[in-house]
Amino acid sequence: MDQFALLVAATLNSGTVLAFAALGLLINERAGIVNLGAEGMMLVAAVAGFATAFHTGNDWLAFGAGAVAGAVLAAAFGFLVIWLNTNQYATGLALSLFGAGFSAFVGIRYTQEKLGEQHNFAIPGLADLPFVGPALFRQHPMVYLAIALTLAIAWFLYRARAGLVLRAVGESPESAHALGYPVRRIRLAAVVVGGALCGVAGAYISVVSTHLWVEGMTAGKGWIALALTTFATWRPARVLLGAYLFGGVTMLQLQLQGEGVQISSQFLTMLPYLATVLVLVLISRNAAFIRVNMPASIGKPFFPG
Amino acid sequence: MNPLTFARGATVAAAAVVAMLAGCSKEEKTTTTTTPAASTPSAEVVASAPTPASGPTPAASAPLKIAFAYVGPVGDGGWTFAHDNARKALQQHFGDKIVTSFVEKVPEAADAERVFRDMASQGNKLIFGTTFGYMEPMLKTATDLPDVKFEHATGYKTAPNMRTYDSRTYEGAYMVGMIAGAMTKTDTLGVVGSVPIPEVIRNINSFTLGAQSVNPKIKTKVVWVNEWINPPKEGDAAQALLNGGADVLMQNTDSSAVLQTAGKAGKYAFGWDSDMSAYAPNAHLASAIINWAPYYINATQDMLDGTWKGDQRSWWGVKESAIDIVSISDKVPADIKAKVEAVKAGLKDGSFVIWKGPITGNDGKEVLAAGAAADDKFLGGINFFVKGVEGQVPGGEKK
Repeated sequence: MDQFALLVAATLNSGTVLAFAALGLLINERAGIVNLGAEGMMLVAAVAGFATAFHTGNDWLAFGAGAVAGAVLAAAFGFLVIWLNTNQYATGLALSLFGAGFSAFVGIRYTQEKLGEQHNFAIPGLADLPFVGPALFRQHPMVYLAIALTLAIAWFLYRARAGLVLRAVGESPESAHALGYPVRRIRLAAVVVGGALCGVAGAYISVVSTHLWVEGMTAGKGWIALALTTFATWRPARVLLGAYLFGGVTMLQLQLQGEGVQISSQFLTMLPYLATVLVLVLISRNAAFIRVNMPASIGKPFFPG
Repeated sequence: MNPLTFARGATVAAAAVVAMLAGCSKEEKTTTTTTPAASTPSAEVVASAPTPASGPTPAASAPLKIAFAYVGPVGDGGWTFAHDNARKALQQHFGDKIVTSFVEKVPEAADAERVFRDMASQGNKLIFGTTFGYMEPMLKTATDLPDVKFEHATGYKTAPNMRTYDSRTYEGAYMVGMIAGAMTKTDTLGVVGSVPIPEVIRNINSFTLGAQSVNPKIKTKVVWVNEWINPPKEGDAAQALLNGGADVLMQNTDSSAVLQTAGKAGKYAFGWDSDMSAYAPNAHLASAIINWAPYYINATQDMLDGTWKGDQRSWWGVKESAIDIVSISDKVPADIKAKVEAVKAGLKDGSFVIWKGPITGNDGKEVLAAGAAADDKFLGGINFFVKGVEGQVPGGEKK
């Protein structure tokens, strides 16, 4: 039972990175922009966050720095694809490559550095409850923030007027434009917010998950987040579910290995991808549902007439 | 102006900007650390003697040029970091008689061959490749360039101008294992393994044997991450081991993530390849380090003396000062420290042998009879877990 509680705790922790990044990308894509640069933004944010935590000793400033780093890169990307109408996919890939190289370059100075000892978090009272305490209430605050953010984004997209406008821009920028909405500025705002959230995810990896900076340390999490938004059919709750599912199966397969289960570790390593894709495909197998949720203008440039 | 023409022009301009951005990142990297992806063959040249700003160096006493190819970044704090420290020690040892340079992050693929050829064309006469995966590309290059001498780490193929060298990392694993066996409260140890090859399996076994030498009840759990360096995954694997009840961890991966994860959880772990004590002072019990400098100095001396011979294999350990255990924590009891020192002294003078029977596999079958000592061939082919290690070697059951 204790082991299971620890597995739940590790799952929440492991899924949080993906949740932040995928929610950010969801906002982008709801406005019709695909940003393949997630991995690059996360890496730059990871080094920015690490450097900030290293110099100031404050994790919150580190998350702020990560968000700013992600937002700045996203703004540059947004300017290129929204105003200059460059190809979104090519520009995103360029951003991804740029981020990998740039973060390595900036990070040279930090590769050997250490952050101070990490403190443990616990919600007073609740953390001491049997089972649910260790499972749910001893997490880093960002874990709860990810859940709150999911609710906030879901509310924003489906209940707020601004969210409706954002979706309209993603569905039919021409119509939104005809109604007088500043399509380009709205898209840029979505891209910048998405970049900031990817940045928070990147900073979480270096500041909380590993507590160190190593070149290329996001190790493909940006790409998984991108895939997650699509498989979750651009619905916030499903994105969160997918992120926890991926994190959970990742931790489960490691734990199974530790227990000496006789399945090849190479197969187990494959499991998180397999399980996440399978479950999300199953819950979204309704083609009409996908059509309804998929932003119609996704990836397409918009030229105001 | 036709809006569409404008849009097209803007697209081209933006593409150029993007290309420049991407180009910039490479440019910056070449001038500082050199990536294999960059087409310019410049590597960071480290010369201890002040090099003239221009013009060729006088041919009279041209220093020997030596190049290193690394698989990771020099800042990994582990494997590549240890190699680069040795390169610096080598440079210091020979002063202006040699010039060393390195290229980091050379992939273990066909691209490595191009890097080796680049190094040779720059006049390097001795080239070190510091990872297993360079074996084939290096062999190919060596066949084509008989005048250049090649040294390959951890491989097994040689040529008249190529030889291999390795370190007995399992000796360090055994010594940290002794400390782990003494410090665990749950009698359960955990190892984060990289790739299930004999070297790593041997280290896991030796770690367990070391622990059992002080505490016969020891069990070892193993989690594979199937990568040499992936800090978040290494950390997750360490967390899974801790969740499973292990309270002292060891890793055969290249970053300090396992140690940091143990530190976060208030448990213990070790440094591997390099001294990692500073990463998590409270969790760190000791570091099993590799010192490649003695071998590099020896090989360079061979070159300078003209006695360098190919087709040879070197496997250096504590005896040659290539393996050591450092920064042992104050938390380790004095009697265990003394035992570790005794083992180290025994390895140094050859009186102590780690792989000496009786040793039983974890399937209960005897793998080494009482009194028999394993030879290097046996050690090189270890594909089983010893008693006390849980689970099976991935893919090992087929043999």
